[in-house]
Amino acid sequence: MAAFFFFWSQGMDFQNNGPETANEEDIFVPSEDVREHLVVVGNGMAGCRAVEELLARDKDRYRVTIFGAEPYVNYNRIMLSPVLAGEKSFDDIIINSRDWYSENNIELIAGDPVTAMDRAAKTVTSHSGRTVGYDKLLIATGSDPFIIPVPGKDLPGVISFRDMKDVDTMLEAANNGGSAVVIGGGLLGLEAAHGLTLRGMKVTVIHLMDTLMERQLDEAAGWLLKSALEGRGQTILTGANTEAIYGDGKVEGVRLKDGTEIPANLVVMAVGIRPSTALAREAGLEVNRGIKVDDHMVTSDPDVLAVGECVEHDGNVYGLVAPLWEMCRSLADGLTDQHTGYKGSVTSTKLKVAGLDVFSAGDFSGGEGCEDIVLRDASRGVYKRVIVKDDKIVGAVLYGDTVDGGWYFDMLKREEDVADIRDLLIFGQAYAALGASGGGALDPKAAVAALSDDAEICGCNGVSKGQVVACIEKGACSLDAVRATCKASASCGSCTGLVENLLAVVLGDDVQSGPKTMCKCTSFTHDDVRREIVAQNMRSIPEVMQLLHWSTPDGCSSCRPALNYYLLCALPGEYQDDQQSRFVNERMHANIQKDGTYSVVPRMWGGLTNPRELRAIADVVEKYDAPMVKVTGGQRLDIFGIRKEDLPAVWADLNAAGMVSGHAYGKSLRTVKTCVGSEWCRFGTQDSTGLGVKIERMTWGSWMPHKFKIAVSGCPRNCAEATIKDFGVVCVDSGYELHVGGNGGIHVRATDLLCKVATEQEAMDYCAAFTQLYREEARYLERTAPWIERVGVDYIKQRIVEDEAGREALRSRFLYSQSFSQEDPWAQRAAGADSELHQPLEPPMPFGAIAAE
Amino acid sequence: MTDWIDIGTLADIPQRGARTVQIAGEKEIAVFRTGDDHVFALVNECPHKKGPLSQGIVHGHSVACPLHNWNIALKTGEAQGNDEGCTPTIEVKQEGGRILIARLASLKAAA
Ligand code: SRM
Ligand SMILES: Cc1cc2nc3c(=O)[nH]c(=O)nc-3n(C[C@H](O)[C@H](O)[C@H](O)COP(=O)(O)OP(=O)(O)OC[C@H]3O[C@@H](n4cnc5c(N)ncnc54)[C@H](O)[C@@H]3O)c2cc1C
Ligand code: SF4
Ligand code: FES
Repeated sequence: MAAFFFFWSQGMDFQNNGPETANEEDIFVPSEDVREHLVVVGNGMAGCRAVEELLARDKDRYRVTIFGAEPYVNYNRIMLSPVLAGEKSFDDIIINSRDWYSENNIELIAGDPVTAMDRAAKTVTSHSGRTVGYDKLLIATGSDPFIIPVPGKDLPGVISFRDMKDVDTMLEAANNGGSAVVIGGGLLGLEAAHGLTLRGMKVTVIHLMDTLMERQLDEAAGWLLKSALEGRGQTILTGANTEAIYGDGKVEGVRLKDGTEIPANLVVMAVGIRPSTALAREAGLEVNRGIKVDDHMVTSDPDVLAVGECVEHDGNVYGLVAPLWEMCRSLADGLTDQHTGYKGSVTSTKLKVAGLDVFSAGDFSGGEGCEDIVLRDASRGVYKRVIVKDDKIVGAVLYGDTVDGGWYFDMLKREEDVADIRDLLIFGQAYAALGASGGGALDPKAAVAALSDDAEICGCNGVSKGQVVACIEKGACSLDAVRATCKASASCGSCTGLVENLLAVVLGDDVQSGPKTMCKCTSFTHDDVRREIVAQNMRSIPEVMQLLHWSTPDGCSSCRPALNYYLLCALPGEYQDDQQSRFVNERMHANIQKDGTYSVVPRMWGGLTNPRELRAIADVVEKYDAPMVKVTGGQRLDIFGIRKEDLPAVWADLNAAGMVSGHAYGKSLRTVKTCVGSEWCRFGTQDSTGLGVKIERMTWGSWMPHKFKIAVSGCPRNCAEATIKDFGVVCVDSGYELHVGGNGGIHVRATDLLCKVATEQEAMDYCAAFTQLYREEARYLERTAPWIERVGVDYIKQRIVEDEAGREALRSRFLYSQSFSQEDPWAQRAAGADSELHQPLEPPMPFGAIAAE
Repeated sequence: MTDWIDIGTLADIPQRGARTVQIAGEKEIAVFRTGDDHVFALVNECPHKKGPLSQGIVHGHSVACPLHNWNIALKTGEAQGNDEGCTPTIEVKQEGGRILIARLASLKAAA
């Protein structure tokens, strides 16, 4: 038998005290009770939970009266779905029986909604005319279903799905068979559709969006869900817009905007809910989307509180139960003078349809800085996606296998750092726990080996495990070879670990011995090519390709930029730079955006700026209508949305204010981040700002194997985060600690301490030498962190610290190279160089004229 | 009958590079010049997510899209390897050192 209901993430501990409903005769006669009187409006999930929490803290403090619009005791609303599906009876879902009310001396006035409140007199009045005074009033009126304003919405047979009465109506309709239309493919609508299907109705779900449950699921999971529900006999119409509900005297069907008519004798509207705020609004309480409350659930009137779906806290309105449990705790604390304060909730949803599980939590929209870890196993019907940002889980969507939902959600809420278990994260808690336990109990290879052949390895290029294995078996025995043949890990690279493990699984030890060629155009490795360029004094890309027997006419988009860099580094001043071998950003000296416009980041030396620069930036933003300007993570300003045609003019304007390119786009020196330092900071030991500026003046403009970031902090508090930079200086009383190989990106790595030096000049000299060593020896697109892990920090120390002559030679090679690269590329372009890169071709005759002839 | 439009000379386009041509109200066209001086014209939109192909790295008779590195065959406009999709192409010819592209009507037919 199919069970279909939602499990809230936080375990619910509902009391279930047997079958019972309240009736009008039970009305309680006021006693001589002299305690403060708490009156609750709303006998629903939040109202009653609040009272429960209060009683648990101090069961004697308040006299309690509860008004409920529904003629029942307190029941578990979310279990209405299993009731509809025939899994449970109403009696099964009662939370508090009448005994609970009487044992706790709670007066329940059920079936009699409150219709007015008088805050001056401190009374509420009910529909039947009863007026009751209060000391504290708690509004817990929940939500009203949202009814879309289409013709026919009031016809008999059109209902919502909110309370027991709606379920009764649906059961009655289902008894007569026929067809039902559910408008809304969200959580509620799908529950209703499922229940009605089980009750024997022919069900059509109409959903406005293209993805079912689009607020909880991404496209991939939504599609899987849709297919599964269709497999269960439902008709799912996505992207469908309701125009009208038609019928003569009662509902007969639904008409869509495209003219389709779907006959139905029952229409369930499940398109959303609105906080029920009418009462509060009429009483003059502050109401926005919901009734506004503070952290203690107090409204704009100190004697009136509100809780549950009817409230708005800190701009948020919730439609799930987990937040209201948390609200009720803070509310009860407040009412008993403990004042812990509610801080808002992170929510997750888990949908359980027999045999298929769906879980969703947090933000899965992705975006800047977000990294997706995806696992697809088509044969098992599994889709898992965990969204990681700054080493923390920010969202998760799971389909088909949700056992780890709670684990991900827990880490999400606790903002746990997942860097250490990142590689195993997607395989779930069991694997990650083993892997992270340090005992080396589990080999990630085993996890990869366990995947089915259909499991997707590379999300960017849609390559399955089976395809990768086949490509390895056909002779691709290195990562590069796999990338070149089946494209797995060739785009964003986030599945590189998986591919490497697969190589190890398939080839065993042979994988290391397989040469990692530079790309499919050559059989040489990066190191071979580099060595040959130096040995044979090569000066241009065609020369390299000729002498080293390139297998393609002019290389590919991965070897050409690397060759250009190797040439540049080997013979600065003599090699021929090839613009066309540079990635668009380096060619355009700006960062390309998804819409083809560019962002522009002028250099701000050491993060310092002044009114003149700020004014120039402000002027550019206005003059070129830049849609956004933002402070970057590298202590400068980024101007977005500039058209390639406008770039030279923008640069000219910035140049005029004394600014040069920030190289935010290059495999090059990016920023030198500084802190306040001894000039102003009470802890500063040295002039970190000044040193940062000097270092940036020395290093700017230099091209690198990958981007390169520097920071200088004025004391070990390290406000400039020098220990996650490629080169970091931490000033101390006795001098300067030099750190290398840090990375704050995909895999965070703290720096290794290189050495300590006594003077600023030494700090600069070591910096130049280290930079040059990296430039000369790292492979293209290898940042300092993986480079140092590959060669070992001892090797770096030996070259930079121990070998004084070598250090000096490296430093002077760096400065020599800089003598060619410290020319502002923007100024050249602004003066007209390479203008064809910015201007479209102008046909001599206007197109219009020719086209019209 | 095809009408041809003169858009400039070979030298106007950098080798292994591209220039764009904008026609009012129509999609931008990218005109490519390869290492062996062939010229191709395509709508300046990657079949993947509309990346501006004119800004990509040209290698052989292909261009690597600047946004996510799909490789597009310049002759057919088709994505290569395991990627699927096709960018409309526009007929081009070189005559007396000048580059001519087919007029829009044929682009519409291709699209
Ligand atoms: C603008 C900026 C975000 C911001 O608004 O703050 C930014 C923007 C981009 N970052 Fe970043 N990163 C920015 C600071 C950072 C930082 C923080 C920092 O530098 O202190 C980091 C982590 C530190 C680090 O690099 O160690 C960072 C780690 C990355 C990474 C991961 C690098 C890694 O080795 O793991 C990438 C991807 C890459 O380079 O391959 C990346 C790539 C990008 C790209 C270039 C993505 C792309 O290829 O288009 C973004 C360009 C956006 C654009 O079009 O302008 N960005 N990025 C920051 C520019 C700083 C600047 O002034 O130059
Ligand atoms: C079918 C269904 C399934 C759901 N499934 C889930 C799920 O899986 N997970 C989840 O987290 N959430 C789920 N929800 C949402 C969850 O039920 C609500 O978040 C929760 O009930 C909100 O509690 P509340 O006390 O604020 O509102 P309610 O529980 O609606 O209580 C409000 C009560 O106040 C009464 N009332 C209103 N106005 C007055 C008045 N003027 N005078 C007296 N009484 C009044 C109402 O009649 C109602 O009984 C589901 C909801 C439905 C309808
Ligand atoms: S790192 Fe030290 S000197 Fe620099 S701002 Fe922070 S506390 Fe001050
Ligand atoms: S837009 Fe061209 S590869 Fe994505």
